[in-house]
Amino acid sequence: MGLLALGALVGCSPSDPEPESAGTQPLTKLITAEQYSNSLAYIFGSGIDTQVQFAPVARNEGLLANSLATAGVSIGQVQTIQSVASSVARQVMDIENRKHLVACRPESINSPDEACATQFVSKIGRLLFRRALTDEEIATFVEQASVAAQELDGEELDGEELDGFYAGLEVVLEGLLIHPEVLFIVESAESDPSNPEQLRLDANSLASRLSFFLWNASPDDELLAAAESGELQSSGGVERAVDRMLESPRLVDGMRAFFDDMLVFDEFKTLSKDATIYPEFTSVTAQDAREQTLRTIIDHTLSKDMDYRDLFTSRSTFMSPALAIVYGVPAQPGWAPYTFAEDSPRAGLLTQVSFLALTSHPGRSSVTLRGMALRERLLCQTVPEPPPGIDFSVVSNPDAHYPTQRQRVAAHLETPSCAGCHRITDPIGLSLEQFDGAGGYRLTENGATIDATGGLDGFEFDGAIGLGEALSQNPELPRCLVQRVYSYATGGPPEIEARAALNYFNEEFAAQGYQLRSLLRTIALSKAFSLIHKSPSEEERLLATASSL
Amino acid sequence: MSKWNRRQVLKGMVKGVGVTVALPFLDYFLNGNGTAMASGAPMPVRFGTWGYGLGGTGKLFVPQQTGRNYDLPEELSSWVPIQNDVNLFTNGHAFPDAAPNNNHYTGWVVSRTGIAPESGSGPSETIDLTIAKQIGGATRFNNLTATATADARDTYSYYNASTPNEPEWSPLAFYKRLFGIDFQDPNADEFERDARVIARQSVLSGIMEQEGSLMKTVGAADRERLDQYFTGLRQLERQFEQRLTKPEPIASCVVPGQAPVDVAMDQSTESVKLRHQMMAELMAMAVACDQTRVFNMTYSAAFASTIRTGYEKPHHTCTHEEPVDEVLGYQVNASFFTRRAMESWVDFVEVFKKIPEGDGTLLDNVLILGTTDVGYARTHSVDGMSVFLAGRAGGKIKSGHHIDLNGGSVAQVGYTALRLMGVDAPSWGTLSNETSEVISDVLA
Repeated sequence: MGLLALGALVGCSPSDPEPESAGTQPLTKLITAEQYSNSLAYIFGSGIDTQVQFAPVARNEGLLANSLATAGVSIGQVQTIQSVASSVARQVMDIENRKHLVACRPESINSPDEACATQFVSKIGRLLFRRALTDEEIATFVEQASVAAQELDGEELDGEELDGFYAGLEVVLEGLLIHPEVLFIVESAESDPSNPEQLRLDANSLASRLSFFLWNASPDDELLAAAESGELQSSGGVERAVDRMLESPRLVDGMRAFFDDMLVFDEFKTLSKDATIYPEFTSVTAQDAREQTLRTIIDHTLSKDMDYRDLFTSRSTFMSPALAIVYGVPAQPGWAPYTFAEDSPRAGLLTQVSFLALTSHPGRSSVTLRGMALRERLLCQTVPEPPPGIDFSVVSNPDAHYPTQRQRVAAHLETPSCAGCHRITDPIGLSLEQFDGAGGYRLTENGATIDATGGLDGFEFDGAIGLGEALSQNPELPRCLVQRVYSYATGGPPEIEARAALNYFNEEFAAQGYQLRSLLRTIALSKAFSLIHKSPSEEERLLATASSL
Repeated sequence: MSKWNRRQVLKGMVKGVGVTVALPFLDYFLNGNGTAMASGAPMPVRFGTWGYGLGGTGKLFVPQQTGRNYDLPEELSSWVPIQNDVNLFTNGHAFPDAAPNNNHYTGWVVSRTGIAPESGSGPSETIDLTIAKQIGGATRFNNLTATATADARDTYSYYNASTPNEPEWSPLAFYKRLFGIDFQDPNADEFERDARVIARQSVLSGIMEQEGSLMKTVGAADRERLDQYFTGLRQLERQFEQRLTKPEPIASCVVPGQAPVDVAMDQSTESVKLRHQMMAELMAMAVACDQTRVFNMTYSAAFASTIRTGYEKPHHTCTHEEPVDEVLGYQVNASFFTRRAMESWVDFVEVFKKIPEGDGTLLDNVLILGTTDVGYARTHSVDGMSVFLAGRAGGKIKSGHHIDLNGGSVAQVGYTALRLMGVDAPSWGTLSNETSEVISDVLA
């Protein structure tokens, strides 16, 4: 994307059908720790501790999700996953949990039982692999479980004797949990029956793409069944599946994960403030700040189906005791809905602690970071890095004792090599200066009254309320959401060819009153989402493989 | 099913029989002069790295004299106890050549790969993992990587551009990983096999057999990623294998008695120093206990976010914005951060020096490469850069020298380390950073 995103291209009217689309490339995506955990929680219930940490991936064109198709697994990561797999398998097979997590009963708990092992392996294997296991695969795992059952029965471990049948199954489950097909989501394509020249995701891959997109987890039993029976790709089938998923409470998990990614909330893992400067800001404040914003977004977009753009002007939110201290409002125990008064300086996400604190330094606010975050995270624009070898002395004048940020950053704008970029960030950040580095409200800095006038793309305003209003009117705001949702759904930054599809999604989004659920539906049901094209090099490889057979 | 047959044999041999090891350990496991293992193998030379962000403050950092017993400028004043254990290389350059100079990135990447990264591209395989390919397979962990920053993104170790080697960031989690339930104390009297390990091996080899068919379903780039994953499984296989073998006793291995308590996860220099010290001690003991032969520690990231309590600018911002003190002539707070980093480097070297091994210390048998991302902090230049080498690599290297690289590539130091660690590479690096000569001044 260029510095300022492409202007709205006037294309089709809302009633027009989706333009022709080449779709996307099939990807091999690394599962995320959260997806792994969510999938296991669906299979085994929330009573099993499935916490795991994966190596952080790099942010690519705004999203971590865009890197999953290129991220690798280190040797250390494999060891970490193995430990978690071992712990999960042990919990599942412990004497209490196995009663309900292993549906069948073996003839004897001390010896192999092929029928029961087959039932367990095929059921759990299918949910983990996101496809039915072949008979051969099942036979191999059952054989391993049987041999292990014989070997392990009666062995002592931590003072307890192992029950062979379950010990055998435990070792096999541990293996399933580190299997490459569990850790990598390998998408595959098939010829589209309505147009044999065209490729589309095969049924299982479509089910997975939908499920990771909307639920941030593997497909459930029902979705897999629809994929296996052909129902999913039959007439009206995908609509039925998507509508069911959009109505499910699991959509909340999926959209929390999406906004966590889009709003760069992974930064909360390491956010801390200087305790001598902001003693009121603790690690609980940081956790709650993230939670407040996610609750606000989910309530606004999914519970109330309201216009996405109004998130930046709405006074409705939720409050916790730790946050109440920073906001300077009365506290109630736990989380409670909260509405900022009409004369409050706060309205919309930009005035929440999550945005303000995340885009500040540990000991002070940052005009530049806030402006940059708004452009990059919410408008999908790119603010260039400062050039290397820059002369920083312009902002480090030894005589300067500027009381406020406005005077400090003025140097940026007076220096041509800085002004180019700072002109597009600093006026945004200056209008948020009445909020300090922890998100607290203030009228003065070092004794001087803060001037909170600012600007955004032609709008001039005084303070954060005006900024929120200007942002909500900015045509790039909904376009950026559309672009991010589509990237997130398909697993990579949009290709140039996706422009027509993106324009179509934008038109539809506007026509549907900027409702998130409608946007998710439009994208999930689109050809751009499910059609597949291969990269030229990949097609060559396939041809070469075919000719060598 | 050959593994199962062997299992039967082991079961017969070991079940219920505790193996008792008689004292004294030293006589038991060392040869007469204490310089080799009982098996006759010499003490293995282990390799480590240490990294911090934002270089130093010119003359306050770079000594005026070269050779031995050089002057220690203010920012290196903490080095007194380790000056003779370290070689200091200064005035090196990370040549970007045609690639752009990526702030905070080009410098350390060249120091650790010899290759200037292209715009937007990650580093290629870093030196620690090149060495781990050669020596990492012998131990429970192929390598160990930690950061004192409490941020799991802060690593200077990469398998390839898209596979960072994620660091441990919690001392407690690091302790559990090293000395938790899966740890086999080499000096324990009793050795008990976990019967499930052989069953795990069998399941694992079944999974490994899937490699071929899975590879056929994906493109070339994804095959590399899957290959990386299968390399992880092979290491897991070796780990299982080792769990079935009674380890040789190691006198210098003294398992920490209790788990550490995590310190506050903030970025203050005090917390970073404490986390660094805790993790350094755990890491050095993991090396002494032969749990790994390759190790990496991050003190601070290149965009160092360490804070000085009560001062509003974190380290990186400070180097940009702090005015030069008119009387002292330098950025006082930026220099404060550099001094703290150097104190932790001293801490790091000292933990290895405090552990006895053979007739000397663990430090005699390690080689530690210390790197940073820039030369002069205030300008973020990639010339005037420093590199450190600590330890004596099993007697292959002299230490205590200050060597002026005269504007040559910092990759020369990396190449020297690579050769000292026995990697038989005719050259290292590309374009202006390519080098095929070791720095002979430091060879013993």
